[in-house]
Amino acid sequence: MNVEPASALRTRDPPPAIPDENPLNPLETAASVGLTQAKTIRLVSAESHLNLELGGRLGPIDVEYETYGVLSERKDNVVFVAHALSGDAHAAGWDRDALGAGRTWRTHKPGWWDAVIGPGKAIDTERFFVICPNVLGSCYGTTGPSSIDPATGTPYGLRFPKVTIGDWAALHARLLDTLGIERLYAVVGGSVGGQQALEMALRFPERIERAIIMAAGARLSAQGLSFNAVGRTCILGDAHFAHGDYYGKELPAAGLASARMLAHITYLSDEGMQQKFGRRLEAGTLAPSDGFGVEFAVEGYLAHQGRAFVERFDANSYLYLTRAMDYYDASVWGDGELTKACQRIQSRVLVVSFDSDWLCPPDSGRDLALALIESGKKVTYANVSARFGHDSFLLEPESVTALVNGFLSH
Amino acid sequence: MPFPDDPRIDPGLLAEREVERLPPGLFEWRIAEVIQIASSSRGRANPGQSPRVRWQDEIITQEIQPGARVLDLGCGDGQLLERLQRERQVRGQGVEIDADAVLAATLRGVPVFQADLGEGLSRFPDGSFDVVVLEETLQTLAKPRLMLGEMLRVGRRGIVSFPNFAHWRVVVNLVAHGRMPVTERLPYPWYDSDNIHPFTLQDLLDWVEASGVRIVSGHSFSEGSVRILRPEDNLHAEEVLVVVERK
Repeated sequence: MNVEPASALRTRDPPPAIPDENPLNPLETAASVGLTQAKTIRLVSAESHLNLELGGRLGPIDVEYETYGVLSERKDNVVFVAHALSGDAHAAGWDRDALGAGRTWRTHKPGWWDAVIGPGKAIDTERFFVICPNVLGSCYGTTGPSSIDPATGTPYGLRFPKVTIGDWAALHARLLDTLGIERLYAVVGGSVGGQQALEMALRFPERIERAIIMAAGARLSAQGLSFNAVGRTCILGDAHFAHGDYYGKELPAAGLASARMLAHITYLSDEGMQQKFGRRLEAGTLAPSDGFGVEFAVEGYLAHQGRAFVERFDANSYLYLTRAMDYYDASVWGDGELTKACQRIQSRVLVVSFDSDWLCPPDSGRDLALALIESGKKVTYANVSARFGHDSFLLEPESVTALVNGFLSH
Repeated sequence: MPFPDDPRIDPGLLAEREVERLPPGLFEWRIAEVIQIASSSRGRANPGQSPRVRWQDEIITQEIQPGARVLDLGCGDGQLLERLQRERQVRGQGVEIDADAVLAATLRGVPVFQADLGEGLSRFPDGSFDVVVLEETLQTLAKPRLMLGEMLRVGRRGIVSFPNFAHWRVVVNLVAHGRMPVTERLPYPWYDSDNIHPFTLQDLLDWVEASGVRIVSGHSFSEGSVRILRPEDNLHAEEVLVVVERK
């Protein structure tokens, strides 16, 4: 595998102007890793397969990933970034293939954590070699339910096997093996990416030197499971879902959009939404005689989020990835006891929760940190004050940059 | 032993504490100094200010064995643990409530758990630390006795330092004016002070007596000097530091 150093891809061209399409997107793009180009690598050949945690098997498997910065000679400066549910490998910079790959939304937006990853930023690409792979079951270049099943010549749909966060970690470890990377300076992730970071610290204790786990706990609460269940119900109940075989036909757009609208509410907070929208009206005045269309600004915003999501995400992937999130429970590494599980961990750990997060509330992060304490580990736990709930690590990156940078500098 | 003669301590570190001869009329200033010491909270981060070396840090550094496991309760910006990690290679863990202080400690490479000590240490296992430090923290807690017990459950030894509210200047001021002093240097009136449980050396000795605990060593700070603690120091010690363990 020929690894092209990301520095070769880096240009100092000014990024294209960003239309202010997303009112909750204050991403800072002044210093950037520049133009990026994803790589795709076949980690499991067509003749082979990967045994999955829940008993299924899958092959071939491709993984799409991006890298930024330069890998040191000793390969000791690698920061692995794990993306969240609807995220992708494009964590920073500007995708030079956005149009060619049909990912048009990337033409006016940098990578999802561009405010945090870049030269001189919290995860400094002048110092670190950052790698961000897309997860198994997603729809951004890594094999998932929308990929072609070689057995039938058609997309897998619901014939795709169930995958777990453990499978993501195992597959991504293969990617690191292929690149000759033995140890990670750090693994960093938020939300379900935080769960993956935790899983990697548990699964490969000797390979992970630092773990940063944000807006995540050892497992989802009943409330978190409930939100995911409603989202899946929206998709499964869409008349166009067709048991997952909707590819090339009408998409279950309404169901996926509804799932996204609900999820988006859980990613924000009452305070954040009140501040951004309050009871502001979309057209300046109520329209009681116009049926039940969009009247409040917040409705317009959610409708926009739903529509935009349908353009860029696959409904089947949504089912598979939310299930992976549901199934995750770090305590399996300790026969059901989280404290026992944490005894495995050898990395230094930073756990960050956000005080306004009601999807993974501060208690879930604190509980993980306390389990680490209980298991005799040293841990840094910070409950950060932020307005935008669960998604604060994306929407208010300034609330975590100093912490992340400080933690990574020791 | 008066501090300047103590060969174990670098006098340069304590120079700023040295007390000048006070002109008459500046008595209030001296009181303010005492109370400022008494009220100094490690929880308040002072970004931009040069770090102030506390005499307690000096003694604690000497008391702690290389490689020890040290839990610092109310660790503030992590100065003490950073020093102990550097000079004693300790395995340090801080606990701190203030978010700015947690960030400051993280920037120093000190692991710190953001929590309210008032919620207790119930998830910290028995005997999981060699030393538990309560530096200028105990008098700020709602349940000091509970925390003293937790200190000696979680740690083999405890180190407690605190402002001695029986120091004669504090006593004289209270008697003379009948109220808690508020000055320019110490702008916090009683209702804004972090010190919700002021106590004295004698109070601590009573607790030691009643709790099956013994004092391993003790130091007092007075008039700019650090000396070995004597039981009769109740009126003379401005600040006290004791190392305790279960009998």
